[in-house]
Amino acid sequence: MTSNARTATAWIFLSPAMAVIGIFFVIPVLAAFVLSFTDFDIYSLGNWNYIRFIGFQNYLRILDTPLFWKALKNTFYFVLIGGPLSVAVSLGTAMMLNSKLAKFKSLYRTIYFLPVVSSLIAVAIIWRYLYHPAHGLLNYVLSTVGISPVDWLGDPALAMPAIIIMAVWKNFGYNMLIFIAGLQNIPEDLYEAAHLDGASWSQQFKEITLPMLKPTTVFVVMITIIGYFQLFAEPYVMTQGGPLNSTTSIVLLMYEQGFRWWSMGYAAAIAFVLFIIILFFTLLQMLLQRSVK
Amino acid sequence: MIQRLHYIVLVLIVFASGCTRQDEKITTIKFWGMGNEGEMVQSLIKEFERRNPTIKVEVQQIPWTAAHEKLLTAFAGGSTPDVCQLGNTWLPEFTVLNSLEPLEPFVQQSALTDLKDIFPGVLKTNILDSVLFGIPWYVDTRLVYYRKDILKQAGYAEFPKTWKDVLKASKIIQQQAKAKNTVCYPFFLPTNEWVPAIVLGMQSGGNFLKDKDSQGNFKGKQFTSAFTLMSEIYRQEYSPSGMQLITNLYNSFSDGLIAMYITGPWNIGEFSRRIAPELQNEWMTAPMPSMDSLSPGVSLPLGTSLAIFRKSEHKGAAWKLIEFLTSVEQSIEFYKITGNLPPRRSAWQDSALASNIYIKAFYQQLQRVDPLPQVPEWEQIVIRLQTYVEYIATGTMTVDAALKQFDGEVDVMLEKRRWMVEKGMK
Repeated sequence: MTSNARTATAWIFLSPAMAVIGIFFVIPVLAAFVLSFTDFDIYSLGNWNYIRFIGFQNYLRILDTPLFWKALKNTFYFVLIGGPLSVAVSLGTAMMLNSKLAKFKSLYRTIYFLPVVSSLIAVAIIWRYLYHPAHGLLNYVLSTVGISPVDWLGDPALAMPAIIIMAVWKNFGYNMLIFIAGLQNIPEDLYEAAHLDGASWSQQFKEITLPMLKPTTVFVVMITIIGYFQLFAEPYVMTQGGPLNSTTSIVLLMYEQGFRWWSMGYAAAIAFVLFIIILFFTLLQMLLQRSVK
Repeated sequence: MIQRLHYIVLVLIVFASGCTRQDEKITTIKFWGMGNEGEMVQSLIKEFERRNPTIKVEVQQIPWTAAHEKLLTAFAGGSTPDVCQLGNTWLPEFTVLNSLEPLEPFVQQSALTDLKDIFPGVLKTNILDSVLFGIPWYVDTRLVYYRKDILKQAGYAEFPKTWKDVLKASKIIQQQAKAKNTVCYPFFLPTNEWVPAIVLGMQSGGNFLKDKDSQGNFKGKQFTSAFTLMSEIYRQEYSPSGMQLITNLYNSFSDGLIAMYITGPWNIGEFSRRIAPELQNEWMTAPMPSMDSLSPGVSLPLGTSLAIFRKSEHKGAAWKLIEFLTSVEQSIEFYKITGNLPPRRSAWQDSALASNIYIKAFYQQLQRVDPLPQVPEWEQIVIRLQTYVEYIATGTMTVDAALKQFDGEVDVMLEKRRWMVEKGMK
């Protein structure tokens, strides 16, 4: 077979997948990119003559909107607190499950992984019940130790922490599995040697576990951060961005502008701003990974 | 084996006869109802289907929180229903989309629909550029709920008719509470609601928008006086300036922590259930106080209408459903099962409504309601207004500064409209 014929064969086999990606991914993304330079809104939806090309005005308007900065702040809050917390919880549970003392390992692994595979919407609705100020299980538990009821999702200062707790609970199982795989790759003799040298548990953790896990950790942190930047369903189901916009994320803002007010052009521009932010963190990840190697 | 064959034949016969009966021109129409109404309407639909055996109604219940998005998406995707329940503040959007059917021709041939019988202020919300697009299904307005005993103690056997007197009464109530070493916020104005601000603005005679609704007019004199009155209520602590204090409206009412509050008809039921039993004779409803001498003061014509989508292929059957649901007879029935107030004035003569002492004030109020600006951006504008109410309440901004900044934001929202007006498209 000549190399030309081989390339042709490859293209034929690839074409169905390429077509699907083209129609459902590339074309919509390009369309959204064009849309972000127009003022497509509810008037344009009724009559296409009302569309105007307005250059970078949507992007300039975004920078001029206080709610965008608020949403950006909320999103960073979620990413920078929720991200590391999620990684820490996954690492902690992974180490417990990897420990020689642990029993029923596969049972616990399944239990911890269960939230990851459950539907996010159903989970969010159930957590809304748990957080209910008057009838919620969480406040009931707190009341048994004498803490007065907390309006978890109604208090602007607590709503985001409440969402972070739920999101961490929902997601940590996935990273936990990756960490378990990472931990199992660390040769046992390193620990044995350290033990013989009289290293304490915390020394072993600091000098063996963490350095050996570095590639895994970088990967997990970056995947988590990129995922967390796209926070949407949790606040959409639980708080609708409230109270006082304290849980409005960038994606929720985009959704509201696009589908509630039908400012499609503006919403598309928000999407590309988010794209640029995530791109920045992805590049950072690549740099970090290179330095690890 | 033979027995089994019998069954199969039987099934086939049933199946075939079912098919032919369906072919006998049964029209199926799709009806989207929102929230609780979408559920409660089912029993009326049964009666409708009994009276109209050739029409079958498929009711789809849509939660209010998702209704707006769902309708716009349905329009974009060309899958709108035949009949839909629409909040009457949404009508401008759907007429901008040119998605609704004008109803005038149907009304003219109808024996059941009598537009003159509908509260005029409410009917007006359904007419856009002098075309009728919706028939009011139930009405809603806002007025004052108050504690009779507390106002009586302050020297007001009847509820004050003007805002000036409301402020006077508030002052007395506050002083009396202080003398007893208790706390009372006489007039609770929530900082997360736009209704009181808009009502006060209307009463001050302000046009919210100007130049063919293409520019904000909030910094004008009238709206300034409305906002000043609100800031006075917060500054004098007649109302708490945050939302943390009043966690449960009904308990706060029962405890005398608040004495007056602006809200809607659904709270009649809630108050009857949730106000302390020994205080059940001590709460009442009163029409909106006014800025001038005319009583009652103007309030909002809210509620929902039924409309037909232009794309519907069964407009005749769709109209039949609207005609049925908005008739006097059925609106009384609907009131009985949901407590939703009928838009037809003659329905209020019915004993079911006449016997309820709390809804008399609503009847008076509904005679004096004025429509809001009919622009698609309106909902966005009032939601934004809430933020400024909060700024006023907490004293973060002065009235003038807040209204000037708000006006600027409204102008940005109306930019497209301005362009269309300039081009003569509007």
